[in-house]
Amino acid sequence: MDIHALQQIVHRTRDARRKQTLPKFSPADRDQLIHKYHPDYRERAYRPIRFGLNEGDKTVVELAALLEGDSSIADEFDLTADYTTDVLVVGGGGAGCAAALHAHAAGAKVILATKLRLGDSNSVMAQGGMQISVAPEDSPVTHFVDTLKGGHMQNDHQLLKVMVEEGPSIAKWLLSLGVLFDRDGDGNLHVKKGGGSSKPRLLTCSDYTGLEIMRVLKDEVLNQKIQLLEFCAAIELTSDEKGACTGAIFKDLDNQRHVVVAAKSVILATGGIGRLHIQGFPTSNHYGATGDGLCLAYRMGAKLMHIDTFQYHPSGAVYPEQLIGALVTEGIRSEGGHLVNAKGERFVNELDTRDVVSSSIIRECEEGRGIRTMSGRIGVWLDTPLLDAEHGPGTVEKHFPAMMLQFERFGIDISKDPVLIYPTLHYQNGGVKIDTNSETNVTNLFVAGEASGGLHGRNRLMGNSLLDLMVFGKRSGLTAAARAASMPQGKLTVGHLKGFRAEAKKHGSANGIVSPMILPPYTRKEN
Amino acid sequence: MAQEDSNVIDQPEVLRHKMVTIEIAGKKYDVPEGITIIKALWYSGQEVVRGAGCLGGFCGACAAYYRTKDDPKVRTCLACQMAVQDGMSITMMPPFPARKATYDIQTLKDPKQDLFNLYPEAPLCRNCNACTEACPQQIDVREGVWKAVFGDFKSVSEMFMDCVMCGMCTPVCIADIAPNLVALYVSRAQGAHFTEKPAGLDTRIKEIQDGRFNDEWTAILKMTDKELADHCATVK
Repeated sequence: MDIHALQQIVHRTRDARRKQTLPKFSPADRDQLIHKYHPDYRERAYRPIRFGLNEGDKTVVELAALLEGDSSIADEFDLTADYTTDVLVVGGGGAGCAAALHAHAAGAKVILATKLRLGDSNSVMAQGGMQISVAPEDSPVTHFVDTLKGGHMQNDHQLLKVMVEEGPSIAKWLLSLGVLFDRDGDGNLHVKKGGGSSKPRLLTCSDYTGLEIMRVLKDEVLNQKIQLLEFCAAIELTSDEKGACTGAIFKDLDNQRHVVVAAKSVILATGGIGRLHIQGFPTSNHYGATGDGLCLAYRMGAKLMHIDTFQYHPSGAVYPEQLIGALVTEGIRSEGGHLVNAKGERFVNELDTRDVVSSSIIRECEEGRGIRTMSGRIGVWLDTPLLDAEHGPGTVEKHFPAMMLQFERFGIDISKDPVLIYPTLHYQNGGVKIDTNSETNVTNLFVAGEASGGLHGRNRLMGNSLLDLMVFGKRSGLTAAARAASMPQGKLTVGHLKGFRAEAKKHGSANGIVSPMILPPYTRKEN
Repeated sequence: MAQEDSNVIDQPEVLRHKMVTIEIAGKKYDVPEGITIIKALWYSGQEVVRGAGCLGGFCGACAAYYRTKDDPKVRTCLACQMAVQDGMSITMMPPFPARKATYDIQTLKDPKQDLFNLYPEAPLCRNCNACTEACPQQIDVREGVWKAVFGDFKSVSEMFMDCVMCGMCTPVCIADIAPNLVALYVSRAQGAHFTEKPAGLDTRIKEIQDGRFNDEWTAILKMTDKELADHCATVK
């Protein structure tokens, strides 16, 4: 059937649906739904890690293979340093920029290395906003509670308390750098309500929150003349005789040469794993989201946590083909957009947490109430025109210009017609275990942002990622900088590889895989 | 799974597995119609390092020029957002050595005047409108440059909220202005110097410093898992 004909049911049922209120699931129903339909519970997608500090812990097979993968660096590699610095930041997204800026401001010499360009990241795509409890009726404690509920009570309390309490000062810092958050008439920061949150708490820059923050942070990194190594992919860390981190080895992707950086501390801000396409899911992630930092940290002996849980954003575009995996921002649901199945019915409270909403979409589709495309994809409708009906004509265009433009390029006007969506691989809930200074169990090895684990529990609450990046980027940068003045540069060795390789051999894991992946293998090799 | 066939979209856009011939940097390749330019690069066997970033239309890494069949007009796009069609010619934009001024945004004394010191070329716009035509985000770039020069920083910051910093406005400028960089400076100055400070934010920061939430924290942090779960359930 013609897409417009199929969309008619959404238009026809709109007025009736507007009168409906859908309750959220009870905790028991919610658990049952998630266990039955959430991809985290598909046993066959998982296997135990064979060796290392997380031996026996389950994770998705794609990640397990990389964690057990070998380094491309030989034992006798020449470790003469090309650069020496106090703080080495690996990754040029939000956490990396925040870490570099704060370490630099604290007086440390900083090098920021990234395998693509400065700023090429998931951060730049964050549309929904940034949760900070600035409203009078809200509080950091309420933010804490909401996040804990979203994370299935598995969040690290100390990390979470630090994040919610430092939020307001982060907002102030960003404002002082010139970030243009949306305002209320009285000049106060405008807050929107996000999925899974009991109070409106999302600070936004229309639907370009991540882009606006990253434009400013990138510009600031350049203004501060922080040394950059772009198109340099981290392929191994270095350790001293005690196992502390002392630097990293990079591959310059322009000329394939190795670059060795000696550093008193290393901050991994390498982001997530979407481009591993676990369980065959499309992804909303950027080109470089291949989990490199997890592999590097794991080989060094850093402990990982919650690496069996991933976030599938409820609304990835399914149609047209060109936009598959691209995100349709949660903001649409925050402003009242309905999810509608092929029968024209709502089936979930759209503002429930992401894992619940995603699971319910998968349920609708598996039980035959989805809408299929000819390329074999399936999805449900997101009623975008409802926003104009509800809040007046022009609402979609005014509040979601990025998304309007994205669909307009393919001749689709989302203020007039609903869009077809299905969950897309969005976020790695877990990662490298850190303390409140963002440091791992490996001395002088820090991890900030999506690559770290614990803060978000088993499901990140929307809008908490941007704040995570800023808070733990800052903490890692300040801690690393403070330490630099009073410590000598440690020796550069790859001694840790010896133990790792011996373990791998013992467990028969000569799987031939070299990690990190660096970039996904999308290039077609033959006709 | 039972699925009614009436719920299947049969729009031609997703049916096509037709191959089309396109030119990438002057060389012909056959690729499936309708895939994005970036996917066409992968399909034609090219290793892509430069020229791909977020793949979501936000980072500006994949700025590209293209021309459709028999049309003399060369257009701009973000390669991750543009579908290929038969006869299309494509070249990725190389990194352009535009000059970025450096400044300390927080200590500027007179940001509107400082614009002319940092970017003295900004008032030299000759109104050719090439920048506006080059913008893949449909920003009226030329208008923005003029508004910046006349000190209307607020309008510039609003107009350039869509700017992905791809820099395609820059190589076309006959006055050597880098409009995206000018707009970035102007937007930051607008935020840092000409926007009201939110009073509520300072109140909240002070409340946290003064320990207004300490009792609540103490209560919450000493709860058992069960008590905490019960407490959380009461917050709707």
